Amino acid sequence: MAAVQDGQLNLEVEKDIKTEITNDGSGNINANSSSPGSTSSGGKSKSPAGSGEDQQTLLAVLQFLKRNKLTESVDILRREAGLSADADDSPVSESAGAGSGGVPSVGADGGDANSLLSRVSIATPVAPPATAPPKVVAASGGEDQPDVNVVLSAYSQQGDPVLYPLYYNGLKKFIESVLDCHRAELSQVFYPLFVHMYLELVYNNHENEAKQFFEKFSGDQECYYEEDLRILSSMSKKEHMKGNETMLDFRTSKFVLRISRDSYQLLKRHLQERQNNQIWNIIQEHLYIDIFDGMPRSKSQIDAMSGSLAGEGKRDANKAKVFYGLLKEPEIEVPLDDEDEEAENEEGKPKKKKPKKDSMGSKSKKQDPNAPQQTRIPLPELKDSDKLDKIMNMKEATKKIRLGPDNLPSICFYSFLNAYQGLTAVDFTDDSSLIAGGFADSTVRVWSVTPKKLRRVKSAADLSNIDKESDDVLERIMDEKTASESKILYGHSGPVYGISFSPDRNYLLSSSEDGTVRLWSLQTFTCLVGYKGHNYPVWDTQFSPYGYYFISGGHDRVARLWATDHYQPLRMFAGHLADITCTLFHPNSNYVATGSADRTIRLWDVLTGNCVRILTGHKGPIHSLAFSPNGKFMASGATDGRVLLWDVGHGLMVGELKGHTDTIYALKFSRDGEILASGSMDNTVKLWDTLKAFDDVELDDFTAATGHIHLPENSQELLLGTYMTKSTPVIHLHFTRRNLLLAAGAYNP
Amino acid sequence: VSMEERRFAEVPRESVKLMAESAGVELSDDVAALLAEDVCYRLREATQSSSQFMRHAKRRKLTVEDFNRALRWSNVEAIAGYGAQDALPFRPIKEGELFFVDDRDVNLVELALATNIPKGCAETMVRVNVSYLDGKGNLEPQGTVPSAVQTLSEDLLKYYQQITRAILGEDPHLMKVALLDLQSNSKIAALLPYFVYVISGVKSVSHDLEQLNRLLHMVKSLVQNPYLYLGSYVRSLVSSVMYCILEPLAASINPLNDHWTLRDYAALLLSHIFWTHGDLVSGLYHQILLSLQKVLSDPVRPLCSHYGAVVGLHALGWKAVERVLYPHLPAYWANLQAVLDDYSVSNAQVKADGHKVYGAILVAVERLLKMKALSLSQPGPGGVGTPWDDWTPVPLPAMYCELYSFFGDSLAVRFSTGPSLGGCPPSAPSQPPDTRKEPPGPAANLDTTRKMPQLTANLNISPRQDGSPRTEPAPPSLARRNSSSRPGQRSAGPSRDVFTKARFPPPQTGPPTFSFLIGGRQMGRRCQGRRFQTSFSSPPPLSTVPPRAYAHKLPVIGRVGKPVRRWTCSHYSLHLPL
Repeated sequence: MAAVQDGQLNLEVEKDIKTEITNDGSGNINANSSSPGSTSSGGKSKSPAGSGEDQQTLLAVLQFLKRNKLTESVDILRREAGLSADADDSPVSESAGAGSGGVPSVGADGGDANSLLSRVSIATPVAPPATAPPKVVAASGGEDQPDVNVVLSAYSQQGDPVLYPLYYNGLKKFIESVLDCHRAELSQVFYPLFVHMYLELVYNNHENEAKQFFEKFSGDQECYYEEDLRILSSMSKKEHMKGNETMLDFRTSKFVLRISRDSYQLLKRHLQERQNNQIWNIIQEHLYIDIFDGMPRSKSQIDAMSGSLAGEGKRDANKAKVFYGLLKEPEIEVPLDDEDEEAENEEGKPKKKKPKKDSMGSKSKKQDPNAPQQTRIPLPELKDSDKLDKIMNMKEATKKIRLGPDNLPSICFYSFLNAYQGLTAVDFTDDSSLIAGGFADSTVRVWSVTPKKLRRVKSAADLSNIDKESDDVLERIMDEKTASESKILYGHSGPVYGISFSPDRNYLLSSSEDGTVRLWSLQTFTCLVGYKGHNYPVWDTQFSPYGYYFISGGHDRVARLWATDHYQPLRMFAGHLADITCTLFHPNSNYVATGSADRTIRLWDVLTGNCVRILTGHKGPIHSLAFSPNGKFMASGATDGRVLLWDVGHGLMVGELKGHTDTIYALKFSRDGEILASGSMDNTVKLWDTLKAFDDVELDDFTAATGHIHLPENSQELLLGTYMTKSTPVIHLHFTRRNLLLAAGAYNP
Repeated sequence: VSMEERRFAEVPRESVKLMAESAGVELSDDVAALLAEDVCYRLREATQSSSQFMRHAKRRKLTVEDFNRALRWSNVEAIAGYGAQDALPFRPIKEGELFFVDDRDVNLVELALATNIPKGCAETMVRVNVSYLDGKGNLEPQGTVPSAVQTLSEDLLKYYQQITRAILGEDPHLMKVALLDLQSNSKIAALLPYFVYVISGVKSVSHDLEQLNRLLHMVKSLVQNPYLYLGSYVRSLVSSVMYCILEPLAASINPLNDHWTLRDYAALLLSHIFWTHGDLVSGLYHQILLSLQKVLSDPVRPLCSHYGAVVGLHALGWKAVERVLYPHLPAYWANLQAVLDDYSVSNAQVKADGHKVYGAILVAVERLLKMKALSLSQPGPGGVGTPWDDWTPVPLPAMYCELYSFFGDSLAVRFSTGPSLGGCPPSAPSQPPDTRKEPPGPAANLDTTRKMPQLTANLNISPRQDGSPRTEPAPPSLARRNSSSRPGQRSAGPSRDVFTKARFPPPQTGPPTFSFLIGGRQMGRRCQGRRFQTSFSSPPPLSTVPPRAYAHKLPVIGRVGKPVRRWTCSHYSLHLPL
């Protein structure tokens, strides 16, 4: 296929896209809302009857393809888009004409491939031309998606470089002199202002002034921006700005500040009085000030929420309703064990049996008011084996240990030995029977944790000899000769960074630096599908709790939702300003959460593709996420060594757990959600009392409405225990169905 | 945040120029400066993005591979040749302030023909251990790694099999080779637990003296291996050795089996362990003393166990004998005598065993006396009252008296062998008066069916004179000496004489007021049969008999066939030909 042959080209396209489509938080690329289960019929959403601009874009694509001699793709695209061959017979004049009208920033020179590229790119990301047509419709452009050039050019209206420090200093003096209650709020302005002024100086080739400016004021910035400042300071030339993604984001996205109306008025008045246009311009152009009515926030409140690459999330960003409740469990007749029945026989079974059944039934029958509709997204039908597994799960759950502050779980540690610093990811199956490890040497290894060995299905020839009617056919199809404790899966061509078992234990997903996500069969231990689309390292992937769907996210800042039987993503979630470092499905499978190196967490609606939550507060890249079993809360861990707790429904931070001294790579709630376990690079596992943590939060209407919450400083009270390993970073945690805590990591002597 | 932290390493323009020159390009200063600046920035950028790969690999260490990945993703050629795991030495050159990574020539021929083929990497594996039970501590100390960290490589496993097969196998030559290797191999630390486990199998082969012997030799080899740190395994070894010393082995049911030698050897081994690994077993010392005492005081135990207890105590040094055996002797004596006095035919075997015990006790107390005397004479004149930690010692004369009351002359005559007695004060001959009468020729019972135990001993005292049993354990067979039978043996009729009762009453009242002198012939060393004397003196000497008169009358027994080398650790034996 052309797309494969021409990887380099696509790559270029992809690069440009990245900057384009990621430039705004809320501007999502929505996939069409046809049900993901059905095979998407391509051109439906992308009918040629679109606006003139659409048409023009299409033509531009065609032209681009032609230029690169991808004639096959041209044909396909044309056919699918319903464009007649003669529609592009006179492409130059048409597209040039339309181009000058539609997109002013692009010159009339239709022959310039680069200028075309910048427009084309919006349409191309999902669909490399040769494959199915793009289903992605760009959100209406305009102010939400400022062109890079526009932003860059904004820096050209410069003032006298010598005056910059004076401006900044003046503002600093002013903010220091205002009332305490306003000072904290207004101080938020410093960092974005500082960055933009510095960039402006660099952009306009005032290298020395920029350096002086930096040295003079970088010390004033909050310590959690240190990392960004380091990157910033390494840029001292205009040429550097071109390729630097981090700073590109800074320029193309507006830094969001939440400031109370009173404080804002103060600032505005001051700047207008002083005629400080330089600063005022920056505030107008590069900052988004989210003004709220009411009490100004305190310093600690602000500090709790700030730290992300682009400021806080806008308040409206978290206003959408999230159905965080759990889906109704399908009713499965649980066959009672013999012993259970006997026990009940002894003391009047009819009375006992009934209420028991009722209580179970009523629990599952009653629809959680916060739950999404059962059929909101189509979910795979339960197979018999799934039902059996559910029954097993329920049985196990009855033997579950009730955890609490006085009843902590036992911890089993799975040490990977002789991993030579190469272990990069670990996952357990839900029933804790298998453990898989992703390694830097591109392999995935699966171990059986139980005495049951791993066996392959027999070859096709052997299978045909099997009596298919026999009762133990499932046993017979397995090849006893292949039984072993572990299996190695070869296929990736780069380190494996994320792995995830399917809930039915038939599949394993792995994502790798080579830009692909692979689906492996655990029956044959072979690779079934390689999902291509990311083109850059894929940092994490995760199966839906119901199987079938999975999410992946990586260096290209776009999270993709896939279904195992589609080689194209169903949804693309764009909005993060830096790499997506971790991905996680909500227990009800209607939402996915992504953590990013831009230090925000976003929650995406699988159905609509919208970003429904932007959670800020971490001061470093986020490396682990966990939903509470009831779906109501979320925990996140980052390189800053802090665990933050979130109320998903309100989109609020409800807790901060301090204690770890290094990156938190693993988080897991116990099966009933009473305890949160966190595992870190600092070679410890910590247990936290989450019941208390969630109880301690008092949510009145005001805080719920404004999101300005006072976090109790109670990490020490919530910490139930710290457990050391020996030189073994904890990179995965798992609670068994009976609430035994399993931890995993590689021994690094 | 101080300014210092944000400084970056910079590539000077001179370096850029040099690089360009080496590539055949001439650069002007301006270009070089610009280039240098850009290079710095690109390097920083690459470093920045390489750290991302490190973070996602969940590592703390940035590797060359991470950096290469960053380069590759920014379409820059990766650098080759630095992927090795081991640290790269970074060397400065003084002139020019250059730093570089040493890039040595690799001799391919040598490499190809090298005999030490590098081992393959161990297989990655998962091991589970319960780290925290109920969130509390654990059976194991916190934060341990499962012991499978060192799994046996193929080679080690082979070595283990070969060695154990050789040692426990038929070929004595092979065994010797294997033991020698075990003694000197520096790479078998990982196998230690396995060998210790094999050795702990003594309990299952208690019927097979040969095997027991081989296992003990294995212990010896392990103990002597200077590269092995025995650690806590030493306890297991000691318990195996103790088993051989003390247990009534199945092999000892048959009187033809020479389990006595085994016990002697095990005892030697025990003392060796204590002297060479004292730091590891210090806590065991009292435990072992207690268990020995327990055996000794248990009349139900067979005599061979008692024998083991005695040689065990002997092996632990004269202080152990003084503390445990000596106070226990009176009680034990009654039992032993009862055995020895029984002439019934059915008792013959037991009686023979009894003689062994007797002999062992005799050797032990002799050494006790000798060493005690030495310890008194060495520190100085006032050494008699040397305070002991927790227990008051019996003064030497009283001890001698008491022991003499048990052993009679068989005790005294044997002081002829120990070369270290030459260190006695020179004034000795002049003063020692001897209250003791010349004992009649030591009597030995001589049943026609078996011989009297022929005791030979050749004690050697280490130069340190600290009571240390620094004897090199050696196969007892080496120590076998052709000893002459005691002179009076044949003439003496009643066996009772063997256990001559006190010739004089022990000085129960008042301070010990006698001193005595023991003389004899010193063997070896230039003059054959040179006489020597030694005296144990107590403050008020009351002598009536000139020492010489006594000395020359001493019969010399326990003559050794070979000259005794002074200060060398020699072998001793209680080898009793039956």
